[in-house]
Amino acid sequence: MIEVRGLTKRYGAKTAVDSLTFGIEPGKVTGFLGPNGAGKTTTMRCILGLDYPDEGTVTVDGKSYPDLAYPMREVGALLEAKAVHGGRSAFNHLLCLAQTNSLPRRRVGEVLELVGLTEVAGKRSKGFSLGMSQRLGIAATLLGDPKVVMFDEPVNGLDPEGILWIRNLMRTLAAEGRTVFVSSHLMSEMEHTADHLIVIGRGKLIADCTMRDFIAGSSGASVRVRTPSTDQLVRAITAKGATAATGDAGSIEVRGMTTEQLGELAFSEGIVLHELTTVRASLEEAFMELTASSVEYRADMPGGHQPGTMIGSGV
Amino acid sequence: MATITTSDVRPPALPPATGHAGLRGVVASEFTKLRSVRSTYWTLGALLIVSVGIGVAVMAGQSSSLTHNPGNKAGFDGTQVSLIPFFEIGQLVIAVLGALTITSEYSTGMIRTSLTAMPRRGLVYAAKAIVFTTVTLVIALVTSFVAFFAGQAMVAGTGVGASLFGNVKIPANAIFNGPGSPGSPPKVTFQGTDVISASTVLSAVIGTALFVTLVAVIAFGLGAIIRHTAGTITTVIGIMFVIPILVQLLPDNWRWDITRFFPDAAGRVISVTVPGGGNPHLWSSWPQMIVTACYAVGLLAIGAYLFRKRDA
Repeated sequence: MIEVRGLTKRYGAKTAVDSLTFGIEPGKVTGFLGPNGAGKTTTMRCILGLDYPDEGTVTVDGKSYPDLAYPMREVGALLEAKAVHGGRSAFNHLLCLAQTNSLPRRRVGEVLELVGLTEVAGKRSKGFSLGMSQRLGIAATLLGDPKVVMFDEPVNGLDPEGILWIRNLMRTLAAEGRTVFVSSHLMSEMEHTADHLIVIGRGKLIADCTMRDFIAGSSGASVRVRTPSTDQLVRAITAKGATAATGDAGSIEVRGMTTEQLGELAFSEGIVLHELTTVRASLEEAFMELTASSVEYRADMPGGHQPGTMIGSGV
Repeated sequence: MATITTSDVRPPALPPATGHAGLRGVVASEFTKLRSVRSTYWTLGALLIVSVGIGVAVMAGQSSSLTHNPGNKAGFDGTQVSLIPFFEIGQLVIAVLGALTITSEYSTGMIRTSLTAMPRRGLVYAAKAIVFTTVTLVIALVTSFVAFFAGQAMVAGTGVGASLFGNVKIPANAIFNGPGSPGSPPKVTFQGTDVISASTVLSAVIGTALFVTLVAVIAFGLGAIIRHTAGTITTVIGIMFVIPILVQLLPDNWRWDITRFFPDAAGRVISVTVPGGGNPHLWSSWPQMIVTACYAVGLLAIGAYLFRKRDA
């Protein structure tokens, strides 16, 4: 159980994290989402004691991370895969980490086997590809058989096989009852892995809820309809108190009505429909909506946010 | 379909532990770090080559000079001459290792991985300092003795080589009596003798190794403060070489008063074995060593404070 209370971290004049409060429950995959620069990495660094908070506290099982008896047995964290001395072999890299927590030497071989790096154990890690470095970093997080694992943007730059491997790993670790805390700036990445979401933007908490609530809490489903009598239908919809907007290819995006209500409305008005589809809000859309105001560096998007261009949730 | 199944990613269970991760494991870890990178072997190899290699070359030159010009035997300090390359140049080589021990953690980003595994920073810093200082001291002692013995072997036939096993008498003064017959050395008469005791030689050889170790600790402390390899090495060179040279440009009547307070001064007195051969303006060997030690301890302490206080 990780508890973050009123965490504030400033770098000079810039506030990276602004009175952030949340908790991470065991046995779940908790996704930590936010646009680039939202303060995800800073929050993780504060949890691990790499950076000192200006205000607030962070505890792991009620203690600050440096006070834990065997830190690696409690938390395994991978923030940067390339944060290793490239001149050291994979084996020696893991050995020097294991020794700090008095972990048995054979453990190094076990985790290397686990991530599939046994064959290159004696090789210096500067020659490793990003995928191999990522595996080496994950091996390090598992050395202490930790209750909590933390990954910062673990799939960045990985090939599809590597992404799949990490997803499976996270699910397995959570299924074993471990707490998994994983950050990403890509909503689609969380869609298949996370049970719980913590969303931040500009260092502030935007949402802390289950995945289901997150999707439901966004502006939700809309209905796409196409008809030759667009004007007549829009008038009827507006009269019922729902909203209609122009979608692409001559369709209308309707919010505030179900497909059943719309179908009945069209029937009673004698309007022919060519299409009537529920468009479930994707996680990506919900995320964009939530964080739109908190994106730190936003290019001017001509035409702004375009409704109806993101269809379904199968991103 | 997933190619890696659940059982493939399940980490084997770890037997439970009691107590607290402490200094012992972190010391083992720091030793693993030091022995598992090539730069350690490069710098230690360079230290031996520079100190012993140049020392032997210098002593070979001295041997020829002592044969062709016996007057040079008067006051000849075989111990110091054999150790000069070690404490003048070798100290810089080992300073590079001292700097790298800590700055390479920052240049590679390893420091963040290290401190994630062991967040008790005081422990990490202490273990690093203990391992580095111990390894450096051992290597410095070995280098010092090897440079000494190899150097003395080069002047073995001259009768003025120093010894760790007995007192050696050397002429105190030489009077030049004109050139010798063609092909033979100039004529000299010697006046008085100086006795170089074995214990003085031993303390010079060990003391020089201690001095070099202290310089390495200075580099380590500066490394923790500066966190940048090139910046740290430049600063060490500045303190140990450039400032002493600049000070020589100052007026004689007061420059020695400040020279005593520089960390490099000890190197020049600790290696002296001939009675009265020291620099009369500096303090004697061990007080001058305390000055160097104060720099080492002071910089180590500032480094420790900053290592704990700053964001990693």
